[in-house]
Amino acid sequence: MTLATATQPEEARDKAGVSHSGSRRSGPDTVFHLLVAASALLVLVVLGGLVVLMGLGGSQAFRTFGLGFAFHDVWNPVADVYGAWAPLFGTIVSTLIGVAIALPLAFGTAFWLTAMAPPRVAAIVGTAVQLLAAVPSIIFGMWGFFTIVPFMARTVQPFLTHHFRHVPGIRFIIHGAPFGTGLMTAGLVLAVMIAPFMTAVMRDVFAAMPNMLRESAYGLGATRWDVMWKVVVPWSRSGMIGAIVLGMGRALGETMAVTFVIGNVTAVGWSLFAPRSTVASLIALQFPESPAGSLRLSALLALGFILMLLSFASLALARMLRGDTK
Amino acid sequence: MSGTVVSTTGWKPNSRAARRRRADHLATAFGMVMAGILVLVLASILWTLLSRGLAGLSATAIMKPMGPPGSSSGLANAIVGSLIQTFMALLMATPLGLGCGIYLSEYGTETNKFASCVRFVSDVLMSVPSILVGLFVYQVLVAPFGHFSALAGSVALAILAVPIIVRTTEDMLRLVPTSMREAGAALGATRWRVTLSLCLRSAKTGVLTGILLALARVSGETAPLLFTSLGNQNWSFSLNRPMASLPVTIYQYAGASYEDWVQLAWAGALLVTMGVLAINIAVRVSARRG
Repeated sequence: MTLATATQPEEARDKAGVSHSGSRRSGPDTVFHLLVAASALLVLVVLGGLVVLMGLGGSQAFRTFGLGFAFHDVWNPVADVYGAWAPLFGTIVSTLIGVAIALPLAFGTAFWLTAMAPPRVAAIVGTAVQLLAAVPSIIFGMWGFFTIVPFMARTVQPFLTHHFRHVPGIRFIIHGAPFGTGLMTAGLVLAVMIAPFMTAVMRDVFAAMPNMLRESAYGLGATRWDVMWKVVVPWSRSGMIGAIVLGMGRALGETMAVTFVIGNVTAVGWSLFAPRSTVASLIALQFPESPAGSLRLSALLALGFILMLLSFASLALARMLRGDTK
Repeated sequence: MSGTVVSTTGWKPNSRAARRRRADHLATAFGMVMAGILVLVLASILWTLLSRGLAGLSATAIMKPMGPPGSSSGLANAIVGSLIQTFMALLMATPLGLGCGIYLSEYGTETNKFASCVRFVSDVLMSVPSILVGLFVYQVLVAPFGHFSALAGSVALAILAVPIIVRTTEDMLRLVPTSMREAGAALGATRWRVTLSLCLRSAKTGVLTGILLALARVSGETAPLLFTSLGNQNWSFSLNRPMASLPVTIYQYAGASYEDWVQLAWAGALLVTMGVLAINIAVRVSARRG
């Protein structure tokens, strides 16, 4: 790579954004262009392969059970009958619980950090929140299993059962033996996992608002909360929804943390405190025991394909909403 | 905000201003509590790790390989396995991520459909559930060859690292002023020279940050390794065979019913977390200084 051939004057124009197709280029430059374009193509191929292989692997299950696969609620490896509804239900409900808890956490934190906290405290707390985002998911799983699960089993569930046992409506939600594992526990752990990410996005969105608007509101005598609720939030609504969807996407595919605390029972029911399973946890647990070429393996891959679609859809939604602000 | 003051001059205790101020205080308290909860969670995680993991973190745990319960075994092969696999993953992901990032920033103009497609796909890859990456690599590199391998594990980790490197490389290269590229071109440098020796060099710290963040992200990953490098009870340095890794070992040991295995799992968890957090703090400190 030592030969430096004469440069064409259009090099500079190229960089200024003018289309460079058709311009004469030296040999090494063409090689370099091809090289980087090839690596870009490879990234494309990897995702393409991921989607295609997941779909192909799951095709056997889709053919056997039809489209009803997604809504059939029996997952029975003994009878070789598989339906995706139980894990899908677990994934969707635990994600919703997680997002519902994470939203006030993230919004409150972002609001306090951007508008209220003294700069030095905000720097420290902000760093702590970012570090929380960096903790590996398996650590969240162990922490949840050894801290949250006993707490739920010994304190929360007995309390709820004692006081709300006979209340119609709530009764069905808290029904079940106090195992401590279940959708609620998974939702809690997911919430503290995704809250730092949502906080980061919300902070960026809040900071992106022109200061002029903020100052005008203060000039009119607004309190900091007034500014937040009546100026910043309306201005950054789509960005905030983007943050929520981003958190949702992370919660959907979370595997290790959920596997530890969800209890891993493939059943469907309204109780938030009974052991359930999610798509990702079911794959992690049952894949090693599924022989190659079996219907069970295919069903797991089909589950993966559905999860892929869900995460893809949530990202596309986040992008669409974020695009609105720009 | 003393609401009991008797007004004489038209100031009413429940005026709009007082109510708004009360809402402001309430919101402040709410935000503080929410931020406090997140900090508490971090503190609780660190405390759990330290109180349970420190006891198991001995010379044996670091120097000896895994073994049957009851024997004085350690995590040495898992630690080395993790280092090998993350290193291999970065070795594969760095050139690919750099190349893709360079392509997006230097050739991917607004009108380039292919580039915006790649940009979107890279974003999708960043948010793909990591267990699906494990399934994918299983189908490509494990099932056809009939055995699990460290290479497959490294590839799975590399796939997770690439989009992070792509994103930071592109962002950092875009920060390099066009005038620098023009200056390079004016001196007669070819385009690849300008890109590599000028742009990439001046964006060096940022790009390095991206690689380090990718390292931090990847070194704690468990799910993609479950079906690819599988784990191994013994020493193994061959990329063609199953290899132990710290996160997978933690996963296997944490659920075990042997006291000493659980102890080792906590020690391993402490090691992984400290490593990951240390990288993150180092990146932040150097970013503030640079």
